[in-house]
Amino acid sequence: MNSLNIPKFSDLIRPDRVHRALYTDPMLFELEMDRLFGRAWLVLGHESQVRAPGDFFTTRLARQPVLVTRDDGGAVRVLVNRCPHRGAVVCTEERGHTPHFQCGYHGWTFSCDGALKHVPMANAYPEDPRGLGLRLAPVPRVATYRGFIFASLAANGPGLLDFLGYMRTSFDDMVDRAPDGEIEVAGGVFKHAYDGNWKLMLENHNDTYHPAHVHASSIYAAKEQADDTPTTGAGEIAVRQMRQNGVPPDVWDGLGLWTAAYGHSLMGDYHDDKRLVAALKDPTFAAYRAALEKRHGPRRTDEILGVARFNTVVYPNCTFMSQFRQLRILHPITVDRTAVYTYSFRLKGAPPQMFRDTVAFANVVNGTGSPVLTDDLELYARVQQGLLTQANDWVYLGRGLGGDVPDREQTHRGNLGTSEIHIRNQFAAWAHYMSQAS
Amino acid sequence: MAESPNLRDIEEFLYHEARLLDEHRYDEWLDLYTDTATYWVPLERSQKDPYETSSLIFDDRKLMEARVRQFRHPRRHAQTPASRTCHMLGHIEPLDSGDDGAVRVRSNFILVEFRADRQFIYGGACEHRLVHSGAGYKIAAKRIDLVNSEGVLDGISILL
Repeated sequence: MNSLNIPKFSDLIRPDRVHRALYTDPMLFELEMDRLFGRAWLVLGHESQVRAPGDFFTTRLARQPVLVTRDDGGAVRVLVNRCPHRGAVVCTEERGHTPHFQCGYHGWTFSCDGALKHVPMANAYPEDPRGLGLRLAPVPRVATYRGFIFASLAANGPGLLDFLGYMRTSFDDMVDRAPDGEIEVAGGVFKHAYDGNWKLMLENHNDTYHPAHVHASSIYAAKEQADDTPTTGAGEIAVRQMRQNGVPPDVWDGLGLWTAAYGHSLMGDYHDDKRLVAALKDPTFAAYRAALEKRHGPRRTDEILGVARFNTVVYPNCTFMSQFRQLRILHPITVDRTAVYTYSFRLKGAPPQMFRDTVAFANVVNGTGSPVLTDDLELYARVQQGLLTQANDWVYLGRGLGGDVPDREQTHRGNLGTSEIHIRNQFAAWAHYMSQAS
Repeated sequence: MAESPNLRDIEEFLYHEARLLDEHRYDEWLDLYTDTATYWVPLERSQKDPYETSSLIFDDRKLMEARVRQFRHPRRHAQTPASRTCHMLGHIEPLDSGDDGAVRVRSNFILVEFRADRQFIYGGACEHRLVHSGAGYKIAAKRIDLVNSEGVLDGISILL
């Protein structure tokens, strides 16, 4: 380890600050891919993306190309997308349906569970390659929760439910809002990238201290916008959401902000715009509410709609908005470059207008051309640049320090909604993963 | 049957729009659009509509006005410093004109953006729906299909 010149992790993380190397050192980044992304449960997607046997999509796990399939027996499989013969990536399509996968190099063919089915001109091998255990390798662990697909590159570690802890209730929130009890990925996938370390997005998503500053220009632009300007409905949702980011400081401070083991966190919701929040009983939501009531009755419907959460962060690769049907999966590329894929979900059994609202909301919150998101991305890049300075080695994370209190189901709660408890908690998890050698 | 449009007039109109964007004359740019116009950069290839599928940008008049106002704010961080851009248009081709005199025009474009020491290149096809307004045209709809709309993109903080 010393030959790699890695500093002791206890030298890099203090109660109220962390060393800039955690964002800038390429060697630490490589170690993160091994010790952190190589161990944690990572979110890959949702079962609706592989509904029927033969459905598949491709993605990455800790930078490695993987293939998620539904096999003939109906099981979800996560396979390393690499031919066991000479190493070529086997499937190059993003998603689709197929009876089998064929490598483009020498035609080796695999079934949807990864088994090697056919080797052209196999008689030249001293032994049939199918008997050598050659296959599309399964990743060590796969599990689902409420339809969300997770995988871990480590054979051992906490089970998925233990890993998620209280955060599972945010997945429940997302699914429970569907009148038919089911959700599906729909409406396209945004893929954006920023010039910054992967941690910057995870730190920002429960950072309620930043909107008034980072989003000052979109808040201003929306607040000044005349209400009677013609709209298709999409711009209306966007303007309302941009205005909402301008709530006063006491609203942000008053929000709940909870952290859990393994680096996770979730925040309460700050919305009071009736057109954006079903619980506030705008007439637009009448048909949706009626559909929920038909299944659950009015009391349970109130309970479901009354869960008020904005972002949930599942460390280290996912954040989602259970109430607004948005999920992002981050893909670290290099120490200073990160790609983010964002997905929308359709609530099955909800009126069509609900999904149109979801699409408009996705555009303004997660869209690559969003007047809001683009300012976040710019700030990530500025942090990354700033952290190259050698004059100050430390990032200060002292906001709310000392005010973190134990709360329900093994969580801790910040004393203020604008506390940096969630970032301190992420680094506690970081140190936990990183200090264990393989 | 409406009179067939004059190609030269249409070319000049599209060049004018591009120039207003490159010169950051956003209020004048907005004036080129009708009150019910849409400005659309689809996310997916051959995307059918902007309501059931997300878009890189899908603005109606309300959001276009807000977006233009945002450019003027001193803390529009993603435009501080402001981008310098250069639009190149080509293959300008009127497709058809309706009974109302509206003209659909297809064009190809390359757009170079420079900001904060980085250069970005966008390319693709545009479709304008132009309607007559006084002596000239107004834009009733603009659709911009980027060749890499489904790829991994950096944030887009300019108008294309």
